[in-house]
This record gives sequence, structure tokens and C-alpha cells, in this order.
Amino acid sequence: MPPIISRGFRGRRDDAPPGRVPPGQYVTRDFPVLSAGPTPHTQLERWSFTISGEVDEPRRWTWEEFRALPAEEVTTDIHCVTKWSKLDTVWQGVRVDTLLEGIDTSAEYTVAFSDGGYTTNVPLEDLTGGKAWVAFRYGGEPLEPQHGGPARMLVPHLYFWKSAKWVRGLRLTVADEPGFWETNGYHNYGDPWREQRYWGD
Amino acid sequence: MDELMLDGNAVAGMLSEVFAVEMTTAAMTCGNCGTSGAVGAMHVFRGAGTVMRCPNCDNAVAKIVKDGTRMWMNFGGMQALEITL
Amino acid sequence: MEGTTVLGRLIWQPADVTGAVAETPRAKTIAFEVPGWAGHRAGQHVDVRLTAEDGYQAERSYSIASAPDGTRVELTVVRIADGEVSPYLTDGLQRGDQIELRGPVGGYFVWEPPLGGPLLLVAGGSGAAPLMAMIRLRAAAGSDVDTRLLLSSRGWDDIIYREELERLNGNGLTVVHTLTVSQPPGWAGYARRVDAEMLAEVGPGPAERPRVYICGPTPFVEAAAQALVHLGHQPEAIKTERFGPTGS
Repeated sequence: MPPIISRGFRGRRDDAPPGRVPPGQYVTRDFPVLSAGPTPHTQLERWSFTISGEVDEPRRWTWEEFRALPAEEVTTDIHCVTKWSKLDTVWQGVRVDTLLEGIDTSAEYTVAFSDGGYTTNVPLEDLTGGKAWVAFRYGGEPLEPQHGGPARMLVPHLYFWKSAKWVRGLRLTVADEPGFWETNGYHNYGDPWREQRYWGD
Repeated sequence: MDELMLDGNAVAGMLSEVFAVEMTTAAMTCGNCGTSGAVGAMHVFRGAGTVMRCPNCDNAVAKIVKDGTRMWMNFGGMQALEITL
Repeated sequence: MEGTTVLGRLIWQPADVTGAVAETPRAKTIAFEVPGWAGHRAGQHVDVRLTAEDGYQAERSYSIASAPDGTRVELTVVRIADGEVSPYLTDGLQRGDQIELRGPVGGYFVWEPPLGGPLLLVAGGSGAAPLMAMIRLRAAAGSDVDTRLLLSSRGWDDIIYREELERLNGNGLTVVHTLTVSQPPGWAGYARRVDAEMLAEVGPGPAERPRVYICGPTPFVEAAAQALVHLGHQPEAIKTERFGPTGS
């Protein structure tokens, strides 16, 4: 039975500049907080970011070491699989390219892993070439815990569940290892422009 | 404490689309810590999909994803689900 | 565990608006006629779905505020200023309009007279709705079970169901208000957020083994539940319904 239209209901959506927004998305000015679990509160003194897996030696940065790396400002649109898109969001982060500098690997895939146990898989080539960051500032302020602070992945060309909040590292893998949502219905790759939300899309 | 957290009741409607019996009074045993409790007392989080977590140890006992016509459910974090018929 | 109810799978069904009553400046109770409604239990809720002409959809859950009454279902909605759904429900709906509902669901957070008491009902703002369904059912059933409602509101004019609660007060029902933001001149009641001391004074105490139902915004429910456990109430005797960060 088709849904009943409620007279006069429009919802709260902004107008989307044509061509700017992927299919099936609605623009919002809010920043909805969506989470698979309780917000972790990792103390900076105990935080670290690790690159592990298919590498000769794992590489690890403390918060001070991480913040000493070259970082850049990024302005980008983000698209959540739950249908909201947010335009021109401003972040500051370290390019994943920077973190991978000098690392030799035969891995073609990665798994981002976070405090609280969340994981998401992204092909290595989708994190390199200036396409992804580990972000620690949003909207000119330090990234708040509810939005993934102290640091989260920022991979804006894929649906935002691929931008793991509270990220603690990347494991480089030879085989693709579907993560928390990819093992349970969400698309393995997640390109918003091809509307790859769910399995089989 | 997490402001976003809801109770298992919050997914009662979604579960009612699939299960012919009331699910919030079913008892779930956590596969991680072994404690049992009503599904209605689970901690519910809404991320890309819905996650139900054990109130004792935060283990993800269930994950639910829905599109217009399909639903994916994972109860891998649960040891057992007891439903009184 | 309490027994389950065999429902059959639930689907979205149409509900017709038959009327609305402003409870407070921000809250409205909307009455629906739901063809085929098979009844509900006090404390249960429904999911509401709104679809715009272009297919955009929004869903929210609302507790049923009315006691079971044939095919009539009442929901109390608090208008959140920036909300997507609540302003439409409180300001946009007119008699004869239709929305979609799925329910009733939530057998976990339910009270009916055979369960007995004493009852301790703790509500923050719109969290009063499912507890009001319980109080209305109790009155309709002629029950005099010891029932205490502790209702937290911002101010006197924000108290939902205020007049009806005044009328029902007595015959085993005690209604206690706390006004957290503003109080009328001469107010002698509680004027702060619910805390352990207040809960201990309102009672009943743990020795009486009350059934406790707490409903409202998540932080409110967390604070009240923790305070009650701290006072010695068994966690299993406390049922909670958290509405999320804003309580909407």
C-alpha cells in the first residue's frame, strides 16, 4: 500500500543547488548526531593513532606527534546514508597520504578502527591522493566528542559511515574485510553518486 | 551516560514489522558478559543503522538495518533470545 | 519475564485527526480515529510516519496518552521550536487530515491493574504522556492502588494535564510537582530538578517494593533512575522510557 501523503507536510529541508547533491539526499543545516554506541571519552594523554597490518613495522603517533604533522583546512560536502547532506563543511585534518608517507605495503584495502569497537573498510586508493584525512577540527573548533572527537576519519567522497568517528588507526589488509555496517546490510563501497547504500545496490 | 541513548522500547515498532510476537518483553542473554535482561531494557543507539547494546557491558547484541523493502538483522552479539509463547 | 502478546506483524495504518486540545502553550493533545484499532495497553506507544508529496518521509515515536477506548487514540505532542515533525503535528494538522501510525508497541513499559502497586511514576515534561495513560486507566478501572506521580515541568503553565490531575488527585493517587525554571508567587512546592532527596520524600521507599516507571528526556531518566538505585530500589523494578536528547 503506498504511503499516505500528509497534507502540507514538508519536513525541514534546505534547497539543494542543482547537481550538487547526490540522488535521494536532502540538504540540512543541522549536524545530526548519529552513533552506533556510547560516546567514548579518550584522554589525549592516552590517545594514539596506529597504522598496522600489512606493513614492515606498525607506525604510531601520540596526540602531540600527530598534531605536529602538517595539516590542512578542507571544505567539503558530506553525505550520510540516512539521507541528509551537509554542504560546505569546514574541517582541519592530516592527509592520510601524510600518515602513509614512506610506508611500503602490498595491501589494497584498509580497515579503520575506533574506540568503542567500530570498524569500516575502505580501499587504500580511496584514502590516498588527497581524498581522505584524519580530522581533528570542525567548523573552526576542536572536534567535539559527539561528532567523533578528538579525531575522526574524513572520507567525503563516500557515505559518511565510512568516516569513522573516534578513529584510532588504520589496519592495512591484503583482503577486503567488511566492517561493522558492511557485514550487516550496508554497501561494501558506498558511493553516494551511484546511490550505493545497501547490499545489492 | 549518553544523551542519545534510548531504551529497547524504541525499536518495538521496527521489530513488530517482522516478529509476530511482542519483542520488548523477550529476554536477551548477552554473548559477552552473560547477563540477561528484557529487550526493552537494552540500550539503543541510532547510527547509520540501529544498534542494541547490553546495558551491563555495552556489547552490541543486535544490529538492524532497513531499506524500503529489506531488513538485515544480526544477533551475533547475543547468546540467546528467550520468548514466552 | 512477563508473557508476550501475539500481535501478528504490524503495518502502517491510516489515522484520522478528529480534534486537538492545547494542554500548555507548547503542548497539544491530538485525538485520532484509527479504523481497525485493536486497542492498546497503558504505556505503549505508536510510531508516526509523515510523507510529503515528493516522497520525503519522517518518522517519530509518541506515547499513547489515552487509556484504551475503542478506536480512539490520543497523542500529546510538545512543539520543539526547530523540530521537523512536532510543529507540523501541533500547528499544521487539521480535523480530517491523515497521518500513518504503526502500533501499539512496547509491551515492556506497560501497567495494568492486575500488576498492582504501589506505583511510583516519574515524568519529565512530555514524558507524562504514557504515565497519564496509566493514571487514566487506573481511574477508569476504579483502582485505588497507591500511586505517586512526580511530575517535573519548567513552570506552572507548562504542566501537562494539570487540571485533570488536580481532579484525579485522591483515592490513592498523589500528584507532586516540581517546577524547575520558574515558580508562581507563593509557590511552596519543589523548585529544582528531580534528585534522590526529592524521590525519597515522595516515596514509596524500597521496602515497599514499588513498580517504578520513569519517562522523559534521556538525561532526566538517567538521573532519576540512578537516584532511585542509589536509594536502594532494585534496578529490575525500574522501567524507563527515554525520549532521546531533546525529549521530542
